Formats: sequence, C-alpha cells, structure tokens
Amino acid sequence: MAASGTPWSDRIFDIVVYVAILLVTVVTLYPFLNVLAISLNDSTDSVKGGITIYPRQFTLKNYDTIFAFSGLLQGLKISVLRTVIGTVLGLISSSMLAFTLSRVDFQGRKFVSTFLALTMYVSGGLIPFYILIKDLHMMGTFAVYVLPGLVSAFNVFIIRSFIDGIPYALQESAKLDGANDFTIYWRVILPLTKPALATIALFLAVGQWNSWFDTFLYNASKDNLTTLQYELMKVIQSTQTNADNFRGRNMVEVMASISPESVKMAITIIVTVPILVVYPFLQRYFVKGMTLGAVKS
Amino acid sequence: MKAVTAEVAKIDRPAKKKASRFFSTMLQQRYLYLMSIPFVIWVFVFSYLPLWGWTMAFQKFKPAKSFFEQDWVGFDYFKELFHDDTFFQALRNTLAMSVMGLIAGFTIPIILAILLNEVRQQMFKRVVQTISYLPHFVSWVVAAGIISKMLSTDNGVVNEVLVGLHLIHEPIQFMAKGNLFWSIVTASDVWKETGWNTIIYLAAIAGIGPELYEAARVDGASRLQQVWHITLPGIRSTIIILIIISIGHLISIGFEKQFLLGNNLVRDYSQTLDLYALNYGLGMGRYSFGTAINIFNSVVSVILLFTANGIFKKITKESII
Repeated sequence: MAASGTPWSDRIFDIVVYVAILLVTVVTLYPFLNVLAISLNDSTDSVKGGITIYPRQFTLKNYDTIFAFSGLLQGLKISVLRTVIGTVLGLISSSMLAFTLSRVDFQGRKFVSTFLALTMYVSGGLIPFYILIKDLHMMGTFAVYVLPGLVSAFNVFIIRSFIDGIPYALQESAKLDGANDFTIYWRVILPLTKPALATIALFLAVGQWNSWFDTFLYNASKDNLTTLQYELMKVIQSTQTNADNFRGRNMVEVMASISPESVKMAITIIVTVPILVVYPFLQRYFVKGMTLGAVKS
Repeated sequence: MKAVTAEVAKIDRPAKKKASRFFSTMLQQRYLYLMSIPFVIWVFVFSYLPLWGWTMAFQKFKPAKSFFEQDWVGFDYFKELFHDDTFFQALRNTLAMSVMGLIAGFTIPIILAILLNEVRQQMFKRVVQTISYLPHFVSWVVAAGIISKMLSTDNGVVNEVLVGLHLIHEPIQFMAKGNLFWSIVTASDVWKETGWNTIIYLAAIAGIGPELYEAARVDGASRLQQVWHITLPGIRSTIIILIIISIGHLISIGFEKQFLLGNNLVRDYSQTLDLYALNYGLGMGRYSFGTAINIFNSVVSVILLFTANGIFKKITKESII
C-alpha cells in the first residue's frame, strides 16, 4: 500500500535530517565568515558591533597594518619553508620505509615493522624529549622543525597498505629488466602511489603549517626562526586576557595598541587561507586514505 | 649429556649455513637495507632514546652531570607527586575533560554520519561534508582565537543569540568562568572534529549491504526503524574498536586546547596532567618531577588500554589486541 506515496513519518524524518544538517553547516561555517567580515571591516567601526557575515565598511587597512611588520613576513617565510621541507622529507622517508616493509622477501621486514609499530604506543613524554633535543644541540635551530617529526608510523602504514594493493608482478618484471630495488621504488612504486602520497602530503603539510608548540618550546627566543602560528598565538594570548606574562616583542605591543580585534582576525585569515585553498582538492584522496588506514589497523 | 651435545652440533651446522645465507641475502637486498636502516636509526633516536630519559624520574637530575654522576633518589619524586594537591586537581581536570570529550566525541559524529547518510542529493551531501571538514584543518591557535571571539562579551555571537532568545539577561563572561571551562573545551572539540570523525562511520555505513535495507522496506520499516535496526548494528564493531582506542588515550589528552583556551582565571579547571608537567617540569626546571608525571601518564594509559580491551572482549567479542 505504501508503494506509491511516502508515509508521513518518513517525510518528517526527512525534514528533521535536513534541518539538523543545515544547523550543523551554519554553526561550522558562521565563525569563519564572521572572522573574515571583521578582518575586512574598518576597525573603529567594528568596535560598534553588529558585523555578521559581510563587512559594513569595507577596507584592506587591517591587512596593510600587519604586513607592515617585518616579523610577520619573516614568520611567513619560516612557515612556508618548514612546510615545504618537512613535507618533502617526510614523504620520502615514509614512502621508502613503506616500500621496504611491503616487500615480503625483505628479511629485516618483521623487525623494522615491529620497531616502528611500537612507537605508536610508547613515548617518553614531554620532558625527556625536551632534554634529548637539548642534548642534540637542536635548540634554536631550523632542524628542530623538520627532523623530530620525520618518520611517523601511522603514515608509513597507510602508504604500505596502498603499495600492498599493487601487483608484485610489476616489480618482478622491472627486476628482469635489470632494475635494482631503489630504481623499482623510484620509477615503479612512487608514480603508482600518487593518491596515497597526496593524502600523506596533505597531513604532513597541515601538521607543519599548524604547529606552534615546537617554536614555543625550542625557538621562542630566536626572532628569525619563529613561525606564523606562533606569532598569531602571541597576539591572541596577549589580547585575550590582557594580564599575562608575555613580555611582548614589538609586534605584539604595537598590535595591542592599535585596534586588536580586527588585526587579530586579519592574521587569523592569513594563517587559515592556505589550508582553505588546498584541502577541498585533496578531499577524495584523504577520505580514501583515512578509511583504508582505519580498516587495516 | 651426549645426546644434548650431538643435538647442539646438529643445530650448529645448519645455523652456520643459515648465517651465511642471511648475509648473502643481505647483500642482495642491500638497497632495501640502505632504504630502511637510516630511518630505523632515526626512530631509535627520537622515539626510543626519550624512554631512557625515564631514569631521570628516579634521580635528582642535574643537566650538567653525566648519567653516572647523578644522585639516585628512588621513588621520592613519585611520593612527592602523590602528596601534591595540584596533582590531584590536574588528574581530576584531565579525567573530567576526557570523559566529557569521549561521550560527546562519540555520539555526535555518529549521529551526523547517520544524518548525512540519509541525504539523497549527492551534491548537497558533498558540499556539507567539505564544510564540516574545514575546522579540522585549522590549527588550535586559530580555533582558540575564533572560539574566544565567538564567546566574547562584546558582540560575541553566542551571547548575542542567548540574549536575543531571552535565555539570559546579560552577556556571560564565558572565558573567565572556571566552572564553564570543561564544557567550553568539549564544545570546541566537537565543533572542530565532528565532521572529520564522520569519515570512518560513513565508510562503515557504506559497507552495509543494500539488500538489508531492501528487505526492511518490503517489511514496511520506516526510515527511522531502518536506522535503528540496520545502520546502527552495522557500524557497531567500528564504534567499539574506536572506543577502545580512545579509552587508551583517556588520560593523555594533551594540553594544546587547554593551554590556548585557558587563562589564569580558570587555571584550577584548565590544568591537565601534561600542562602540569610542562609548568612544573620545564617552567620551573624540575625535570625529574616532570618526568615522574610523564611516567604516571604512560603507565595509566597502558592500564586503561588493556582494561578497556579486556572488558569489551568479554562483552562483545571485539578487540584490538
């Protein structure tokens, strides 16, 4: 009997579904649009309030203000550098390890994979790690951004499960043509693992771009090595409670003296835009990668 | 005795052969070794050497001295830890926030995944998903800035909506109220990660056979009944595995959110164990004491992981170990 019309209960169900999803979308998106609108609005006008998702008095002055500080440009440079170098090195190291672990005939395979898997469960903790970095004389260097996070077991295992899906016959025929294992990795495996590499590249790049804590911990006193996120963190923390122990470097002080709100929002947008541009394009890769990783582990 | 020696000799010879075979294979696979050994060394340095640092918790550690010159104090730092009120406060905060996060962080993404699964327009679904992933990709620094803006007393949207709906008479100073801090952290986490966490559930739902829904429809089940009797049982094992993994991380929730969202006014509610280790260990240069906190953290994590695994194994026959 219900073959033709939809029962009323299902119609209500549909309405509930769409209303709930729209609500989630609004709650997720509104803060970003609000921040964007404030960053593009005249700062003295913003103080009056009432800005929602579009600017009332459009201006780019807030952005001019922040770019006038050399500290920000230097921070941008370091952030870009660590993102590029960290991503490239991270991709090479995890794909190489993944390749060797995917080779069933490799006799070091069992040892290496156990050795690696254990790191997902045990860690020394913050303070022993800090002492290690100190003992290695990596405090106050650029290397501290790239080296400690070079190999992540999780990334290696995601790439490996992808390589496992590539027929081994391909490697064998390359071998018959006289290719050595490194050539096989470089010429056969790498081109075929592009989707997995794209996923991991996104994770690595986002991780590098977003991290601030290593700057805070190891390089806070090195003005020429601080990152964008760290600068943003200082601005936000210094204006948030007004009463905190951040003895501001010139950038923070000056920013607090001009209208902090709009400038804070402008910095937030600058820090967020690169990610906003990249991730939708890589979405289909990382959804697949996430699922694969979850199912296998 | 004789038999044993004979046996040893028997084993010995193939062992030698085995060893030489091992090295000849090693030569053959030299590229594979070259491509993995540097990283094994790397993992050893950055992941295993810090474990050696645990010895600090049992010494009166002085950075200038070598390992053999340190004074050993046994469990003194652990005793001090268990007599410190701040420690129990940090433990309480950590457990409160992680349990709240566990409950909200599980139910809400599952609900959203089920809702998204019921959307028939593919285009709409994809747009909603892309938007829902967005907060996952911004840093906690950015998120904390946005959240404190939304919750602020001057023109923060949350206060404006609450006042507009006449739920409150005047704006609440959210960021200055200690008793609201746990809820703010939990809500922030939900806002940031819900969309991202739906990915796994959506994949699990996609794995449920369409013939089950077909059969239910023939039997006259409503959409809600289909969700209850097919979708939810279908993702049951995924949910359980994820819960076990999260319980293992219950105590190590870190400090990033708490560090960035907290301030001196809410300190009694915002300090987690990791933040405590950071403040006391690094902030005051008490490395040994801080390491003792780190060790406590790790040991409890492992116990929680095994307990959770054991309980679920008994109840549901699902486990990860």
